[in-house]
Amino acid sequence: MSKASDPSASAVAPTQATAQTGPPKPATTSPPASPTPPKPEPIRAKGFASQIVARFPDVKVEWMKERRLKVSTTPSRIREVGLFARDTLGFDHISTVSGVDWIAKNQLEVEYFVGSSTPGQEDFILAVSEIVARDNPVVPTLIDVWRGADYHERETHEMFGINFQGHPNQSHILLPEDWNDLPPLRKDYVSPGR
Amino acid sequence: MVAAQQKTGAFQVLVGKIDDVLQYAIGDPMRYLANWGRLYSLWPVHLETACCSVEVGAAAGSRFDIERFGALEAFGSLRACDLIIVMGTVTRKLAPRLKLIYDQMAEPKWVIAMGACSITGGLYFDSYNVLRGIDDIIPVDVYVPGCPPRAEALIQGLVLLQEKIRRMPTLSGR
Amino acid sequence: MTVESEYSPDADRIMSVSLGPQHPGAGHFRIRLWLDGDYVVRSEPDPGYVHRGEEKMGEYRNYIQNVPHLERPVILDSSNILFAYSLGVDELMNSKIPPRGQYLRVIMSEINRIISHMYFLAIQGYFMGHTTMITWCMGDRDFWIDLGERIGGARVTFAYTIPGGVRNDIPPYAIEKGLKTCDWFDKRMDEYEKIFFSNPMVHQRSDGIGVLSRADAIALGATGTVARASGLTFDVRKDEPYSSYEDFEFKTPVLTQGDSWARAYVALLDMREAVKIVRQALKKLPQGPVRLKLGPQPRVPAGEVYARTEAARGEMSYHIISDGSPRPYRLKIGVPSSKNLRVLPHLLKGVHVADIPVIYWGLNYWPVEFDR
Repeated sequence: MSKASDPSASAVAPTQATAQTGPPKPATTSPPASPTPPKPEPIRAKGFASQIVARFPDVKVEWMKERRLKVSTTPSRIREVGLFARDTLGFDHISTVSGVDWIAKNQLEVEYFVGSSTPGQEDFILAVSEIVARDNPVVPTLIDVWRGADYHERETHEMFGINFQGHPNQSHILLPEDWNDLPPLRKDYVSPGR
Repeated sequence: MVAAQQKTGAFQVLVGKIDDVLQYAIGDPMRYLANWGRLYSLWPVHLETACCSVEVGAAAGSRFDIERFGALEAFGSLRACDLIIVMGTVTRKLAPRLKLIYDQMAEPKWVIAMGACSITGGLYFDSYNVLRGIDDIIPVDVYVPGCPPRAEALIQGLVLLQEKIRRMPTLSGR
Repeated sequence: MTVESEYSPDADRIMSVSLGPQHPGAGHFRIRLWLDGDYVVRSEPDPGYVHRGEEKMGEYRNYIQNVPHLERPVILDSSNILFAYSLGVDELMNSKIPPRGQYLRVIMSEINRIISHMYFLAIQGYFMGHTTMITWCMGDRDFWIDLGERIGGARVTFAYTIPGGVRNDIPPYAIEKGLKTCDWFDKRMDEYEKIFFSNPMVHQRSDGIGVLSRADAIALGATGTVARASGLTFDVRKDEPYSSYEDFEFKTPVLTQGDSWARAYVALLDMREAVKIVRQALKKLPQGPVRLKLGPQPRVPAGEVYARTEAARGEMSYHIISDGSPRPYRLKIGVPSSKNLRVLPHLLKGVHVADIPVIYWGLNYWPVEFDR
């Protein structure tokens, strides 16, 4: 079966449907190994992706699975994409916010994982991500789009050094107040025990 | 001091012998009574540090019952407590507060380091925010290893501390 | 100028205190409070006293070495935090877990849910001054910890659910003990309902305290027992069934009051459903191997995954990025406490000081988990 082809040339490969089915099981007491069922078509993901791309043509679809969809945009457009996802598509609460340090490409990425409380859509998670340059990472805050993003953005700020403009309180939430080293989750920060 | 010792007369010898007798008759029993009272009424500070606190909670529960050894939980002020059980990892944010809490307790006071993280940093030895052992900042009396130590191990640590208190040589605690 | 500023006209009335890291009512956590007499004007949580850097440590260890330290954040519920991790790694490696392994994962997850909820109810009783509840719950919790010990090996840190299945098979005497514990516990929960949840003192201290409306619960991102007490039917086990949860018959209890009593009662109802699942799983356990042989340093293909499970406190999610090497490139742990903590400053407005521990613990917030 064919997976939906994503137009972006991202380094992340979608899961293969024809991969190995696991190491061979012992033949004595196991039930006959049923063949791996074919992965279902990500119909809903395609539906959401087509709606988003129709509204924002410059948004890239990174990958799709049956219950997950990742779209990637720029910091200048992420607020509109977020409002569209919340009001039109029904993704109304934040699940978590994750930052990634792509040091080889000199970029930082912030991913907002949002979920929905609309019946029938509760299992779907949409990931809206934005890429910023590593030298001056300034992105807008999405607190007014999803209120639950408050502490998650604070944590991403102190762990990666990303400045969320418009956030009312970017003080340290997990690190000690007198932390004066590099943001710890960046790849060029080496843990002192290593 | 040396000059005084050179003046040993009969009077000094008599005073020395009366001092020995008083030590036997009153000093030692007083010390024994004071230590006995202290070791059977240890009050731990309520400071939950990290994940070992669930085993302290289980030890205080009805199955293991640390209360029968005298370790009641003190709900009042720190000044009334004399035992601090450091249960688990001490991070760099908590370390100054731990020192402050230890300083605020009144003498005599004892420390039990519970769990591998408070002895040497444990599983988190290579983390950027963890103190590798609390004996850098406060003096420890008993180390209870484990990750987390079983509730019975914590009770054994408490019994060891009680034996240490029983042998304490001075009334003031050090 | 805010009401708690030094220069406001009320500055001599507003007192700033901290329900600090050393407090019987707080745990490993600090809440900064601004008080006007007995009422809270504003509150600000101050976590981070147990931040051990799990995510950074995860990048220095391979996928199997990550198992022991990843179960420590929420040690009360250790199987559930490993469950989401194992699901994520299994999805990246595209492995198919044998059915016996899946059932054992479910059994351990539900046992841990009961263990965690018992601790939650114990401290909830303790904060309301109901000391019978804390001694009963702590004592009865030990029966479930014993059962977990027979299956997993250690008292609270089982390290049982690993990528590829579970670590070892369940011994036959544990199956009988499990069924006996389930039967005994059903009767015990009826006693809890009578002594605790129908108690007029408990009702007086928790009815109508800290009411969270349904719209606020959605907007602030509440999950788990907090969301289910406010009318939301969030349950990852029903929404996206994983690891053969669809084979079991259980309900998701939902209440609509949204106050502290409802949040505690939802935990009891959750435990009833968990007992049902454990009984069904123990009775129809399939035969077969329990895990795939992965070796000590499994190579995980490059990819990105977002896996979710339902822990005792709420939705536990992992965002794992792998670049093909034996160590994760990025390991983000999304814990239910970080989703629920945002609700706390919203609820602590205008309440009495004596209600603060009841509301704070009713959110089932575990500071070690938030700080990771």
